Amino acid sequence: MTTEELHVDPAERNWIVASIMLLVVFGVAVAIAGFMLGIQVPTEEQRVDPRTVAQEAPWSNPGVRELVPGEEYEVYILASRFSFVPNTFEVPVGARVTFYVTSTDVQHGFKLQDTNVNFMALPGQVSKLTTTFEEPGTYSYICTEYCGLGHAVMAGSVTVTEPGGNA
Amino acid sequence: MTIATTTSPVYPLTKEDRRFVGLHLVIAFSALVIGSLFGPLQALEHAGLDLYPSLERFGIQSYYQGLTLHGVLNALIWTTFFITGFLTLVVIRGLQRPLALPWLNRLGFWMMVVGLVAAAIPILLNKATVLYTFYPPMEANTWFYVGLTLVVVGSWIEGWGFYVTYWRWRKEHGTTRTPFIVLAALITMVLWQIATLGVAAEILGLLLPWSIGLADGVDPLLSRTFFWFTGHPLVYFWLLPAYVSWYGMLPKQVDGKLFSNSLARLAFWLFLILSTPLGFHHQFVDPGIPSGWKYIHSILTFSVFFPSLLTFFTVIASLEYGARKRGGTGRLAWIKALPWKNPSVTAQLLAGILFVFGGIGGLANASYNVNLVLHNTAWVPGHFHLTVGSAVTLSFVGIAFWLVPHLTRKPLWSPKTALVGVWTYFVGMLIFSNAMHTVGLLGAPRRTTLGLAPYVPPEWTGHLWRVGFGGTLMWIGLMTAVVVVAVTAFRSTRLPEGEYVDVPVAESIDDEQQVPVWLDRWMPWLVGAAVLIILAYGPQLIDKIGGMAPTSPPFTP
Repeated sequence: MTTEELHVDPAERNWIVASIMLLVVFGVAVAIAGFMLGIQVPTEEQRVDPRTVAQEAPWSNPGVRELVPGEEYEVYILASRFSFVPNTFEVPVGARVTFYVTSTDVQHGFKLQDTNVNFMALPGQVSKLTTTFEEPGTYSYICTEYCGLGHAVMAGSVTVTEPGGNA
Repeated sequence: MTIATTTSPVYPLTKEDRRFVGLHLVIAFSALVIGSLFGPLQALEHAGLDLYPSLERFGIQSYYQGLTLHGVLNALIWTTFFITGFLTLVVIRGLQRPLALPWLNRLGFWMMVVGLVAAAIPILLNKATVLYTFYPPMEANTWFYVGLTLVVVGSWIEGWGFYVTYWRWRKEHGTTRTPFIVLAALITMVLWQIATLGVAAEILGLLLPWSIGLADGVDPLLSRTFFWFTGHPLVYFWLLPAYVSWYGMLPKQVDGKLFSNSLARLAFWLFLILSTPLGFHHQFVDPGIPSGWKYIHSILTFSVFFPSLLTFFTVIASLEYGARKRGGTGRLAWIKALPWKNPSVTAQLLAGILFVFGGIGGLANASYNVNLVLHNTAWVPGHFHLTVGSAVTLSFVGIAFWLVPHLTRKPLWSPKTALVGVWTYFVGMLIFSNAMHTVGLLGAPRRTTLGLAPYVPPEWTGHLWRVGFGGTLMWIGLMTAVVVVAVTAFRSTRLPEGEYVDVPVAESIDDEQQVPVWLDRWMPWLVGAAVLIILAYGPQLIDKIGGMAPTSPPFTP
């Protein structure tokens, strides 16, 4: 059987070891970023019925909820061809905002520019992610999944205001 | 003349077999030409020049109809037809025997053709403008789903024809090791048949009943989960035939040998077991899937990089071995000694270079939360044009530069023109993919008519111009290469009597017959593949199928 041993060139053996180490480092780095630093992806949240979701609370009244003034907010956004409701809202700088998004029709995407909020908005499911707005200004949120001819115009924006009230 | 000719072919294919493989190529290249037509139109739209309105008189109603044609014809049809044709040749030539049941392979092929026609008609009539991912509840015409099903089942049947042929060979050859290229071709086909179970469940279980009105609604998340069960191993079905060439043929073309037959086999077996149980990395930002499962699939995705890193070493070592035999010297200067004047070699070397960037970008895609930055941005098509658009397509074009002369017994027309074509494509791809990655990181979405989008900031403009320029250059380069293939196929000049372009089959440095027997046995690897899929997908599939909520009625695009 000696002739049938797997022969590996020494240089290739080193390469294999280096490859495995590289991939282990990546796996650990991602775990640290995700589970220790809290940079998380969406997880299981809630199922809804896309045919009736717009008539039921909280989605019958989409928009911002102020939980702790100046600090903690949540916003409910309905995605339908070819707009978001609401398509604009305001929060103060420093606000920690949790986004809840679902679709009433086809699959949409929801990407809040210059933040880590980026997820699919699927009919039947609620997507949820949180971000903190450190800088005042206007942040676009855009549909990132093809949803029909008007897909490119499907967008909205968050205005993040200074404590005095100006963007 | 830079394509090697020989006077004694090892195993001359019959005229019928050559015609049969050639038919695959005719359809593959036709799909490539029509599908690629829309590439520069999309790229130019991003750069501010929308030519789609002028296509209305030809029946193309929108950018998205063009994008559907581009995706279906280039990613699904060009690849599947080229691959089934190429693997047919590999099996026949590698085993040095004709197909055991030629009628079975012909049945599969014609089923694919019928499926192609059935799917193409609704797309051309703008009744299936759902892109090549056809996410429900956006609904295509029923014949679109029927057509895709027939293409997939047809390709399975061609695969069954390979298995029977292999089985007959095996019965006559005892413990002789399977020739590497044949083993690799069979693994590719088995991988495809495992992978496509997902999309088969999606179409037959969910979409077709819903499309013909037997079910009122569909569950979009379950549908996506089935789709991406297939969606990632699909890219390995595209890639592995290119690896068959890189490992098993390219070394011969550069006067070298395969550096390690054992590790080449190991890489293919690892692809078989690792390429399917990781589809959630396409769903990192989907709701309704626990983040823990997403992380597990992220780790499994890292693990499938391992056989590609193995490939990187073995292929480069094989090339270096050949280059040094050709008189190459130095630490890296040997690269100059490779036969760069051979367009078949150059196309595949350039494909490999682009694939390095594709692989690095793929690591970012796979990295769980890093995906938040790039999901559904222009980065993603920037990435997969380096993989399926470069590693795969440019390699297949390079293969065609010897395969068409082999099948037709005609010399390659104008190797110089072929070289111009592949280099132009390479430069165009560098510009296009770099611009797409960059503008994607800045936030530009994929699959969007950016010319109409209200949110495009001025800082994207320069990159979008590069998208337009690079995309146009790619088209010019690819069409130049395709013209070379077409002229070769249909010219009247034949090779002189007794001359023959053989299939380049590389020997390996280690003795193929001394390869460990566990690298030539199917059962352990098939069991391993099944176990990993059950572990990685079982709990979530039980949960998703058990809790299925078919609440989405159809919507027209």
